[in-house]
Amino acid sequence: MSRSSSSPSPLSPPREPAPALMSGAGLLAARGEQAHRRLGPLSRRLWALWRQVQGYLFLLPALLIFALFVWYPVVLGFVMSFQSVDLINPATWVGWANYRHVFADPLFAIAWRNTLAFTGYALLFGYVVPLVLALAINEMRHGKSYFRLAFYLPVMLPPIVTVFLWRWMYDPDSGLLNALLSLVHLPGRLWLEDPQTALPALVAVATWSAAGSTMLVYLAALQGVPASLYEAAEIDGAGFWRRLWHVTLPCIRPIMLLMLVLQIIATMQVFIEPFTITDGGPQHATLSILLLIYTYAFQNADFGEASALSVLLFLVLAAFGLIYLRLTSHMLQGD
Amino acid sequence: MVTEYNEPLLEQEPGSDQHRQRASADGLARSLLGRGWRWRRSAAEASSSSEASGERTLLSPLMLRRPLVRFCYWVVFLLLLVGTLTTLGPLYWMVSGALKSNVEIFQRPPTFWPAHPQWSNYSNAWQILQLPLYLGNSLMLAAGAVLLQLLVSATAAYALSKLRPWGRSAILFAFFATLMVPPVVYLIPQFVNISDLPLIHVSLINNWAGVWLPEAANAFNILILKSFFDTIPGELTDAARLDGASSWQVFTRIVLPLSRPALAVITIFTVIASWKDFLWPLLVLSNSNLQPLMVALYHESGLNANLPFSYLMAGLVFASLPPILLFLLFQRQIIRGVNLTGLKG
Repeated sequence: MSRSSSSPSPLSPPREPAPALMSGAGLLAARGEQAHRRLGPLSRRLWALWRQVQGYLFLLPALLIFALFVWYPVVLGFVMSFQSVDLINPATWVGWANYRHVFADPLFAIAWRNTLAFTGYALLFGYVVPLVLALAINEMRHGKSYFRLAFYLPVMLPPIVTVFLWRWMYDPDSGLLNALLSLVHLPGRLWLEDPQTALPALVAVATWSAAGSTMLVYLAALQGVPASLYEAAEIDGAGFWRRLWHVTLPCIRPIMLLMLVLQIIATMQVFIEPFTITDGGPQHATLSILLLIYTYAFQNADFGEASALSVLLFLVLAAFGLIYLRLTSHMLQGD
Repeated sequence: MVTEYNEPLLEQEPGSDQHRQRASADGLARSLLGRGWRWRRSAAEASSSSEASGERTLLSPLMLRRPLVRFCYWVVFLLLLVGTLTTLGPLYWMVSGALKSNVEIFQRPPTFWPAHPQWSNYSNAWQILQLPLYLGNSLMLAAGAVLLQLLVSATAAYALSKLRPWGRSAILFAFFATLMVPPVVYLIPQFVNISDLPLIHVSLINNWAGVWLPEAANAFNILILKSFFDTIPGELTDAARLDGASSWQVFTRIVLPLSRPALAVITIFTVIASWKDFLWPLLVLSNSNLQPLMVALYHESGLNANLPFSYLMAGLVFASLPPILLFLLFQRQIIRGVNLTGLKG
């Protein structure tokens, strides 16, 4: 890189002669054209080669980091799922034994059921709430920025803060929730100790902390709905609800679809709420797939089995990931 | 140069109806990630233009004059106002809980207002929880994350956008394909990897590098920066080259200064993400002198049952102050960033 800075002659020819250059740049380009003509074919090829090398030099840090900390571990995960790995003895090949053990584990079905239930509940609350909030806030002529701020604030809390705060609020004795219920003379509940309510209680925490960012995305999408469409619909005699159904929702449908897929992918990775609030209990009612993976690896020291379960989780998430990629593929065509 | 460069961009801003229509049809992400970088506009421009054309929503101004519609509007307003209690209420509960005495905090029924606010709880928690140590650790982890991520993603994005080496579409695909693989699915192999790196056989367990390096592989940063660098006209970088600037000089003197808004967004998001990070530091950093605040709070709450509960709440308040302050300071950038990526902040 330093070599090219020391070479005084202007070497790089613009790929195409740009007609409308900015003031000073036009002059420079003209000078470059002359220099370009003076260059021999050999030095021009050397220059092109040097530019390639520079390109790879700039890519080197990212390539190294991605190779070592993404591509390699992803492959390693597949390899380890066929090995017995405990980080003490050298890894040994065990074939499909890890997968057989994982499938035979009675917790496997429970964890999947809980994870899918969590995803289902999270979509039930978490998909509708941000959309309705965004639609309502977007109509507000007063306090719009206050609403946006207040509903987004929980997103800024670190997850550890959120879970400890909610664990206390769910406390049957000193918690806020039962205190509010008793204010209106309703009986309190053992929110986290009851297998019936533990999972929905965790979904509420997850929704509380994530709804704000989804709402922001919808708000931005709503601002992109062209005013002319509303006006045209109005001239055609469409009322409020028909404008909502035939103008607003179709306009933000791509974003709604994207958010749906992103939310499914995110909620299937639920970990921190069951890990810190209930530790998978009561009676495994909140055991999630990721928590089971964690248990295999860091309590049973069976990294092979944990990898096998990770691969299964990966296959499910990859299916949704492919949908996500299809929805956003135009982003990658920016080149 | 900066103004000359901004001028043509502003003409392409998503302001006209035609552009908006296209944006909504093709998906918002495209318009945000493509040419129409909303964040390039100053606040004044943004607000003035949105008032001029964008304030038309579902409700028409005419409708709002009807008494029934006005009534419904204020009902929804009140509902939203009550709704904000569900987000601000728990925050108040945390801040006020930290002020209660250890008897009052477990009192049944709980008090909604601390009877005798114990302001000393905050200063006691500061010392007992060793907050200077853990806040410092969190800060160091965040600073390292920012430096490394900016270095890695900016250089890669510059190469892909401006130097355009052979095979860049394959490299681009290899980077962006990682967006499809959530990090948790390779959490276990990553841990094995970190505890014994291939070829060099070094363990990064109980080393901040074990946290910094894996998070530096962030394809979203490259995606954002590359699409930002793409908006910098080739004429500009070529002109600098004709003046004898090297690729490195073009990178540091032209591309980076012009991309300050994008770099700012990435910096803010990296700081916040690093501050909130819990699971990976928990696994990598078992030495309590190296742990960030989130991991320390988790350990304190679990093992140390004799830690007064109000001190834990005070610790939570300290832990949430930095991201909330960052949000209040950089609200505009963060909101744009969220819109840009559709990611959870």
